[in-house]
Amino acid sequence: MDISRPHHPASPHRHILHRLHALQQQFRHISPHAMQQAAAEFNIPLSQVAAVVAFYSFFSTQPRGRFDILFSNCTSCGYLSGEQDLMRMLCQLLQVTPGKTRADGLISIDETSCIGMCDQGASLLVNGLPVIGLNAEKLAQIAQRITTESPLADWPAEWFAVHDRVYQRDLLLMEQHAPGSALQTALAQGADRTLAVIQQSGLRGRGGAGFDTGKKWQLCRAAPGSAHYVVCNADEGEPGTFKDRLLLRDHADAMIEGMTLCALVIGAKQGFVYLRGEYRYLLPHLHAALDQRRSQGLLGQHILGYENFEFDIDIVVGAGAYICGEESALIESLEGKPGIPRIRPPFPVTHGYLGQPTIVNNVETFIAAAHIAAHGSAWFNSIGTEQSRGAKILSISGDCEKPGIYEYPFGVRIQQILDDCGARDVQAVQIGGPAGKLLGAAEFNRTISFEDVSTGGSFLVFVQQRDLLAIHRNFAHFFAHESCGFCTPCRIGTQLLKNNLDKIAAGRGTTHDIEALKQLSHLIQHQSHCGLGHTAAHHVLDGLQQFPQTFSAPLQPHFTAQFDLDQALESARQAAHRDDAAAHLDNG
Amino acid sequence: MSDHPSTIRIDDQEIPFTAGQTIMDAALAAGIYIPHLCHYPGLPPSGNCRLCVVETGNRSAAACITPAIAGQEIRNNTPELNEARKAITQMLFVEGNHICPSCEKTGNCKLQAMAYHLGMLDDHFPQFYQRRELDASHPKILLDRSRCILCDLCVRASRDVDQKNVFAIAGRGTDAHLIVNSPSGKLADSTMAVTDLAANICPVGAILIKEQGYQVPIGQRIYDRQTIRETSLQEHVEPKNDD
Ligand SMILES: Cc1cc2nc3c(=O)[nH]c(=O)nc-3n(C[C@H](O)[C@H](O)[C@H](O)COP(=O)(O)O)c2cc1C
Ligand code: SF4
Ligand code: SF4
Ligand code: FES
Ligand code: FES
Repeated sequence: MDISRPHHPASPHRHILHRLHALQQQFRHISPHAMQQAAAEFNIPLSQVAAVVAFYSFFSTQPRGRFDILFSNCTSCGYLSGEQDLMRMLCQLLQVTPGKTRADGLISIDETSCIGMCDQGASLLVNGLPVIGLNAEKLAQIAQRITTESPLADWPAEWFAVHDRVYQRDLLLMEQHAPGSALQTALAQGADRTLAVIQQSGLRGRGGAGFDTGKKWQLCRAAPGSAHYVVCNADEGEPGTFKDRLLLRDHADAMIEGMTLCALVIGAKQGFVYLRGEYRYLLPHLHAALDQRRSQGLLGQHILGYENFEFDIDIVVGAGAYICGEESALIESLEGKPGIPRIRPPFPVTHGYLGQPTIVNNVETFIAAAHIAAHGSAWFNSIGTEQSRGAKILSISGDCEKPGIYEYPFGVRIQQILDDCGARDVQAVQIGGPAGKLLGAAEFNRTISFEDVSTGGSFLVFVQQRDLLAIHRNFAHFFAHESCGFCTPCRIGTQLLKNNLDKIAAGRGTTHDIEALKQLSHLIQHQSHCGLGHTAAHHVLDGLQQFPQTFSAPLQPHFTAQFDLDQALESARQAAHRDDAAAHLDNG
Repeated sequence: MSDHPSTIRIDDQEIPFTAGQTIMDAALAAGIYIPHLCHYPGLPPSGNCRLCVVETGNRSAAACITPAIAGQEIRNNTPELNEARKAITQMLFVEGNHICPSCEKTGNCKLQAMAYHLGMLDDHFPQFYQRRELDASHPKILLDRSRCILCDLCVRASRDVDQKNVFAIAGRGTDAHLIVNSPSGKLADSTMAVTDLAANICPVGAILIKEQGYQVPIGQRIYDRQTIRETSLQEHVEPKNDD
């Protein structure tokens, strides 16, 4: 039984996440009554609906504003832009408190994790649509439009126009894809031979972990099951990653072709693209790409005239949860549940969607697979390094002249990338996002590859003037916010890490805190359940090793209270409606 | 594979296992204690508390959800792992509001017993002081989320043994909290009964049976008489099997 679908397969809201999104859009929140209706409609427990609503950031049980604004808080596309706090600026213009809907219900403003606009300047989502290139002037205009309740359709189109900038093309980005060409070759030579070509190419997953793609497909193909599934991971949530955004727009056809190839190899009839909610604006484009392929006989029944080859794809849109990029959490989400990572083993290749053998691959991986099938393994594995064949698409942002998309053969040196993107006076780079690796100038001769520094695509540049402690705090807040809450070390540990860094930044840390940070980081790294916890403290350990000054400079030499005593009395003052001098401590 | 007998080694002890057993199953069957809070033999494992994390080779793995594999060399009772377990226990204490001296569960509480077992002398981490909702609606059962450690045992007990599906865990990160599967979200409105396993399996003082406070005096309670190490080797429930 497919619990993610209600009985009307033709309805547009057949996935619980889509149903809840529609409710949120229409009523600005999801009421207990609406949850009961959804539970009945989908024939699932009410507690499951309530758990889903509580899990995903884009759903709320309290009404959000008719204009619901979420500022990205990423270090690249976030609201802290230079000396300015853009979120506070808009809040002042519209007289709202972050996180609280204005009394008249017109507007709510809050922050959200990176929305993937890192090369587009400070950005926000308004009712789910990205507005890029924010500055004081644009915010004033936005405030004006909101005050006059101008519908989004009347806002200037260029505010929403995401311009991709590709500065460096290699294997994949240079390729012109002819729809159906890879499938034609694959069908002519058969599934066995196609799998062999993928295996010989040395292709490894582009989503971060780098698992051997051919081996994964082989395991899934061999796994027994009543159905096999193909899932494209387009959740792209790692802050600083935006290459899938470009690929989904300009290379969707190759991606779909890669998924169809995979279906041929493993024997799947159904595929899914799991698209992050932040990229919902790409949905019409993706539906059009699917429709076009259906009309070309490249999706659906009898693909390219082959009697027994049938495959089609649905798109499921997420709702604001970084953890859903983790493949087993993604599958839970596809099944209409909160994105809690599963117990592994068993792995998705044998027990995935609805317990059946399932392939989960990144957008870029499927595109590479399509081109490999069309051009052969040598086309691909003749470049790159011993263990990292082919090229990698990077999303570069932060302190550089030319933020954008760059594709390099594996083995490229970090310094060369920095030269190419116009980064000068660089203090550090963070490769692979907050979950990745922090490197100082002494390490810039290292290379991008699975054997050295690997990345799913995120490449963040920080110049000398950047306050690295602020960066660490940003990352720590990100993980504390995105921890799924399932396991103790990550759920509580990421909060403690965040609080500890905030305390040091507030000038309340002592030398004891350095050791505490180390112990806590090791604990989170080793005892957690999934990849989020395993990587959440990397940046702190890297920082302590490479930039110890970041943490030690603000430390106090003498005893300091962990908290501000006067501040701790605030709730008592509020309760007593007092704020006079006698209600404060003399020494603050 | 056949030249490996079906045994694993935990610390210095070689023990047998059967196909399908986890490291935890094999250990408990052989009388070896691996500290655990969210595991209860007979219920499907969850893997959330992470007390049972052991080391095999250079990997860390939660014993309750990791299959035993012939020839595995496992480190369990080491000073490093017990330090980590203590820190995890401290985390659970600071996340909730644990008022042991005035808690009805004191002496019967596994969190408290675990703290004693691991030699925990203080909280170490700053308290979170979270506000969590109390549900006193049910005539016989009290749900005080302040002391819930999100172990998921009541969820599994209700779903898999009582077959009522009364509970679920909702919310992300430290917003995670126990919810009741009823239209009002209140226990009184659910099918929960005092005789349910879910009403009796809570390791801490989050789900309490009303009107029987302090029937067993302090000093004569479970962990006044035995350690958690001893009691944990004897526990078992029968899952209902009608499928
Ligand atoms: C917390 C977390 C977030 C992840 N996010 C993504 C993501 O956004 N996109 C992605 O392709 N893989 C992501 N992954 C990796 C996936 O679990 C999985 O390895 C990947 O989708 C496999 O595809 P690949 O082999 O083609 O890389 C994430 C992993 C973790 C632990
Ligand atoms: S490590 Fe974090 S994200 Fe992963 S299961 Fe544990 S709490 Fe959830
Ligand atoms: S109420 Fe008790 S049994 Fe249920 S999750 Fe909380 S601590 Fe575990
Ligand atoms: S007992 Fe294994 S994780 Fe809780
Ligand atoms: S004594 Fe442990 S929860 Fe009350």
